[in-house]
Amino acid sequence: MAERTLSPRVIPDRLQSRGNRLLKSWESLLLVVAVLIFTINSFASPYFLDPWNLSDATFNFTEKAMIAFAMALVIIAGEIDLSVASIIALSSTAMGLAVSFGFDTPVLIAVGLGTGLVCGMINGLLITGLGLPSIVVTIGTMSLFRGLSFIILGDKAFTGYPASFAYFGQGYVWWVFSFEFVLFALFAAIYSVLLHKTNFGRAVYAIGNNQTAALFSGVRVGRVKFILFLLTGLMAGIASICLTSRLGSTRPSIALGVELEVVTMVVLGGVSILGGSGTIPGVVLAAFIMGMVTFGFGLLNVPGIVMSIFIGVLLISVIALPILWARARRRVAH
Amino acid sequence: MLQETTTSRLKPAIALEGISKSFPGVRALSEVSLSLYPGSVTALIGENGAGKSTLVKILTGIYQPDAGVIRVDGEETHFPTAQSAAYAGVTAIHQETVLFDELSVAENIFLGHAPRNRFGLIDWKKLNGDARELLRRVGAEIDPTIRLRDLGIANKHMVAIARALSIDASVVIMDEPTAALSHKEIHELYELIDRLKADGKAILFISHKFDEIFRIADRYTVFRDGGMVGEGLIADVTQDQLVKMMVGRDVGQVFPKVDVAIGEPVLTVSGYRHPTEFEDINFELRRGEILGFYGLIGAGRSEFMQSLIGITRPSAGAVKLDGEVLVIRSPAEAIEAGIVYVPEERGRQGAIIGLPIFQNVTLPSLHRTSRSGFLKLANEFALAREYTQRLDLRAASLDQDVGTLSGGNQQKVVIAKWLATQPKVIILDEPTKGIDIGSKAAVHAFMSELAGQGLSVIMVSSEIPEITGMADRVIVMREGRIVGRFERSELSAEKLVRAAAGISEAA
Repeated sequence: MAERTLSPRVIPDRLQSRGNRLLKSWESLLLVVAVLIFTINSFASPYFLDPWNLSDATFNFTEKAMIAFAMALVIIAGEIDLSVASIIALSSTAMGLAVSFGFDTPVLIAVGLGTGLVCGMINGLLITGLGLPSIVVTIGTMSLFRGLSFIILGDKAFTGYPASFAYFGQGYVWWVFSFEFVLFALFAAIYSVLLHKTNFGRAVYAIGNNQTAALFSGVRVGRVKFILFLLTGLMAGIASICLTSRLGSTRPSIALGVELEVVTMVVLGGVSILGGSGTIPGVVLAAFIMGMVTFGFGLLNVPGIVMSIFIGVLLISVIALPILWARARRRVAH
Repeated sequence: MLQETTTSRLKPAIALEGISKSFPGVRALSEVSLSLYPGSVTALIGENGAGKSTLVKILTGIYQPDAGVIRVDGEETHFPTAQSAAYAGVTAIHQETVLFDELSVAENIFLGHAPRNRFGLIDWKKLNGDARELLRRVGAEIDPTIRLRDLGIANKHMVAIARALSIDASVVIMDEPTAALSHKEIHELYELIDRLKADGKAILFISHKFDEIFRIADRYTVFRDGGMVGEGLIADVTQDQLVKMMVGRDVGQVFPKVDVAIGEPVLTVSGYRHPTEFEDINFELRRGEILGFYGLIGAGRSEFMQSLIGITRPSAGAVKLDGEVLVIRSPAEAIEAGIVYVPEERGRQGAIIGLPIFQNVTLPSLHRTSRSGFLKLANEFALAREYTQRLDLRAASLDQDVGTLSGGNQQKVVIAKWLATQPKVIILDEPTKGIDIGSKAAVHAFMSELAGQGLSVIMVSSEIPEITGMADRVIVMREGRIVGRFERSELSAEKLVRAAAGISEAA
């Protein structure tokens, strides 16, 4: 501890050690919850602990979590992207079109990624170029992108994807580790580094905390936000490739409502819906928790609609809890 | 104009006696007295920070005085809330009057005390009728049923005044009511004030403009540094005497001004203009110089400085730094070129209170502390420590959130942030506004040190002692134009006030 009285004096870097801070964090709480659910699930069903079953369970969250990483950055920067599920649909539709023209896997990948990027670019241009609020823009593009899929597909479905395309949603890299799970782990690492270890990540926090001060401090606010929407578009494109490959078909209703699950995952992971704070490890833990709960419900034969109710309650609770907690503390202080 | 010599025999409508008010680190008012008489206009005069706003807030029940007595019609009263002041008949029309754009004119006038019918619902017929009558009384031809947003600023003012009359106020406070009005509208306001006087209202008129004061006021009260320094009848006083009272202060106040050899021109600004905010700005800034920009609030100083660093785009103008022409389109480019701006609004534009001290300090310098885009925390802590220590920051640790610091220490963090970019030119906009005296001294000392090291400083300030104490040269702006340039040797508080207020050099 430094001397507190004399000046000039040296101000210490930190008073609280990093370990100490970690122990009190939201992420540690999530870890406890994750372990609890894991334990409950393993008692609830004898099939839960089977490695292949667990591996299957990861498909419940890997695609959503990949988008959630990019979404976490967007929400930390004080914006939101509600069009991601529709981008999945449009990317999938575009890939289906490419199949119907006889293109093979490499072209499909390029089409899937390209569609995601273009959608992200449209969002980014409307939001940063015209200065429109992201919630309005992405609600609009949510309808727009989904609507385009409906027009192209009508009530048909694209099937007949080439066999080599199946790897992205159904293939395994090693033993029980699917390609999707490895991709999820890879993106978890990449986004952790991007948000927590780079100048870009620092700019994201600065914008989310105080956009005006960030601008005055030389942060290129418009450019950073544009990149963030490009990233959510790209991640939705990647998720679309995995999902389409896993399902082997494209319907216009693909991934309907996924944007809410992604936002729930981000907020459950400790990202403030008002922007400015949150971590990628928190989102990773939230992904595991949501995946295991879904899987547990499946094992217990709980109908899908209950899962939807659960997501709704979860979303409201994780947004309300910190606010109620702060209010309760203020009341105690009085 | 001079018929109001009988007021001294009248009883004041409201009287403040020995009012004191302190905020942490600042004594805003010390034992001031003020009496407002029915049918008379009293002008309250003083520099920015003299305590006028604090006094208005005490009169309207927003602040509670630490000591002193408020008497309404001779009886001692307390205003624990804004409502209690309103019930006692005190109403204020502020610079930025709080009205509601989406409501109708009549609703705005009667908000909170609308007439009701026997069912307890708003009696719209009476509401609109009463509103029309009030508007007629203030001489404004406004349809009470239209939405407020469809009115111009002058008519909004009229609505605010009608609202003041609707609660049957006996004391009307007007805080710089003419700031946003045109010549014709000002004239209409004068007529209205004459009418209010005739109705027997006691009016407190706050203004920086001497022509207005001499046109409309009967009495004056001058504040300086939180104390009352003079009062009397306008008829008995001259402009010169008022200016002297406003600025005359102890010469003993010490500023840590160091004589620095002033070098070659560093920054040259020529022909800068903006469609609405400023016009025809030309000046040179030299190495080691502290150039003061003085003016009243709204003179266009901040707007000009912000266009210099690329926040707003000027419509014309050129900037040269070290002889080379610069085009600056964003703050990022300004920082790169070596021009930094420490903004006036610390909470909104300067500090990021949710982030730790060290992250605030290094934000514009990350390209230097990091390696190929990756953060190097050790470098960040080193840089943050170096500059916060030079400014004598008081904090428990560098990863403490800036929001947990006092205002003065937050300002030190903000200044440290800009200095850490190693600029050639630093623009400080009201660098000591709202911070305690100790922090002020630290900021002033540091400013001198910087100039001594060859940095060029632009200091925008509305505080005369700070300008006269620290600046080598002063440029005075009024209504978006440069209206005066003074060398340190010819500097005086009176000259600055005259130039800023647009008073001719007569008498």
